[in-house]
Amino acid sequence: MSEYILEVKDLHTSFFTDSGEVKAVNGVSFKLEAGKTLGIVGESGSGKSVTAYSIMQILADTGKITGGEVLYKGEDITKWNKKQMQGFRGKKCSIIFQDPMTSLNPVFTIGNQLMEAILLHTDRNKEQAKERAIEMLTLVGVNEPEKRLKQYPHELSGGMRQRVMIAMALACEPDILIADEPTTALDVTIQAQILELMQELQKKLGMAIIIVTHDLGVIADMCDEIIVMYGGRVCERGTADDIFYHPCHEYTKGLLRSIPSTSRMKERLVPIGGTPINLLNMPKGCAFCARCDKAMKICLDTVPQEMRVGDTHLASCWMNVKAQYEAENGGIRNEQ
Amino acid sequence: MSSNDKNECLVEVKDLKQYFPIKTGFGKTVPLKAVDGVSFSIKPGETLGLVGESGCGKTTVGRSLLQLYKPTGGEVYFKGEKVTDQNIKALRKEMQMVFQDPYSSLNPRMTVEDIIGEPLDVHKLYSTKAERREKILELMELVGLNAEHATRYAHEFSGGQRQRIGIARALAVNPSFIVCDEPVSALDVSIQAQVINMFEDLQEKLGVAYLFIAHDLLVVRHISDRIAVMYLGKIVEIADADELNENPMHPYTESLLSAIPMPDPNLAKTRKRIILEGDVPSPMNLPSGCAFRTRCRYATEQCAKECPSLTDRGNGHFVSCFNK
Repeated sequence: MSEYILEVKDLHTSFFTDSGEVKAVNGVSFKLEAGKTLGIVGESGSGKSVTAYSIMQILADTGKITGGEVLYKGEDITKWNKKQMQGFRGKKCSIIFQDPMTSLNPVFTIGNQLMEAILLHTDRNKEQAKERAIEMLTLVGVNEPEKRLKQYPHELSGGMRQRVMIAMALACEPDILIADEPTTALDVTIQAQILELMQELQKKLGMAIIIVTHDLGVIADMCDEIIVMYGGRVCERGTADDIFYHPCHEYTKGLLRSIPSTSRMKERLVPIGGTPINLLNMPKGCAFCARCDKAMKICLDTVPQEMRVGDTHLASCWMNVKAQYEAENGGIRNEQ
Repeated sequence: MSSNDKNECLVEVKDLKQYFPIKTGFGKTVPLKAVDGVSFSIKPGETLGLVGESGCGKTTVGRSLLQLYKPTGGEVYFKGEKVTDQNIKALRKEMQMVFQDPYSSLNPRMTVEDIIGEPLDVHKLYSTKAERREKILELMELVGLNAEHATRYAHEFSGGQRQRIGIARALAVNPSFIVCDEPVSALDVSIQAQVINMFEDLQEKLGVAYLFIAHDLLVVRHISDRIAVMYLGKIVEIADADELNENPMHPYTESLLSAIPMPDPNLAKTRKRIILEGDVPSPMNLPSGCAFRTRCRYATEQCAKECPSLTDRGNGHFVSCFNK
């Protein structure tokens, strides 16, 4: 058995739409250690959520994993059948979604939905499941859990609903929790509560967490490793310090320049030019080259490979190759 | 602009109240106090940021100010003139709005030319067709849209470009004040910066004042000269942007600032988050006294009995709290 609880190797996922194949994920790889937190950050359409859904195999009907492996404790789960996957979802790996308003069923009570997950995945009987549900609600800080069990989702606030979602996800003690934009729909003070709760629960229960988000602030103090995605590919990966203090991919650099930060509050923001790429019409080379002001000839026609730029830090950008070449040869290679 | 003009207020809001009647049963209605006695002023060319969590009434303040809702109470003055039902149509030439959602705030059946031209039509700001078109193209250039986009429909544009169309429409009548209601929150991070820079450029070029409503505190801090913090229909603190961030006095502002996710790992590790307990109370059933006392760590008996009012703590820093 490998030391990693989850390994994603060269994952490709496409959606087959009327207007053609949309390659949402183009060769994403990462490894997740037990008990650690991985952050996946990117803009809308970067393939971050689709990566998460591919792991769970909960893609829309048009979506399909077209290549690569997802190894859970060394076993490739993309080859598993429906029944096996049902045992995986919820029990081994759970997901919480962005919008706590729509991801709970409005016509069933909280208790009904929480107990469904418990009854499905464990040997507990109804009485024990109810006890477990109350225990979980207490754990995630929902007050009066017994009363909540009888309530419907619309009777709870957004923050409370997200707590219920977390309780549901963790009820069967999964090894992995995937949080897809867990706090985007919530207010700042409630967001802080939920992030704090997730960290606390991780300490208590020891599950690994994958946080998928577009908010660089959310991942800064949560993650052991961060992956930056653009156009369905990984541009850069490393620790929070690597990514925030020594970004080595032009996209990451641009992203960090375009958000206001406390140290340079009154300075003008430097936006990334252009618009996000159209996944129906992917460029031959680097996905970011059309918006990159440092783009070279090679960027247009060859996809850059991941290159090590530090002990924990990898980036796929030709600029690093160029910098390395210059360092080694003390000059700039002539453009052919 | 003379120094005399600078001291004068462009927009002054006095004790603005906006209640919405909510039906709770047969023939019963309860007022929802969305905005409950809000006062502030904005100088020409200034940006006032308005922050708060969802449901605190910040959008309602913007809309009531422009009389998109009929305020329940209070007055709005524009250049010293009281805004009323009679003069609002003329005053909208001076006061405009940019909406949050660039997808639903543009009519899908109108071309960009007609969308931007509509305010010109309403206020009859041209004499010939050619002049109208010229003005529209000028506006499009101002917000960074190409002339060939004029005949297209809104759905053909990305979110960032749609927001530019919305801004061009607001600028069409050459206003001196724009209410920007969460203008960048629907946009991607890399596009947000483009639009924020544009707001700053336009202010420099045209001297327009903004009421910038947003929940993203980093963005508000970046763009604003002064910031007002709202909680449950009331302004709890108002101060210069830097002053507010360095020296927050109201316990709500304190915790709000500490809860912003910082894109800076070292800072995130060292600072202390003040986690508020519980949820925001329902605006239909407000706590007595200070609305924040149910989540406040400094709350005393006095807070339950009386409602604190905004008091001056020097340097234009106003706070409504008994204990701070």
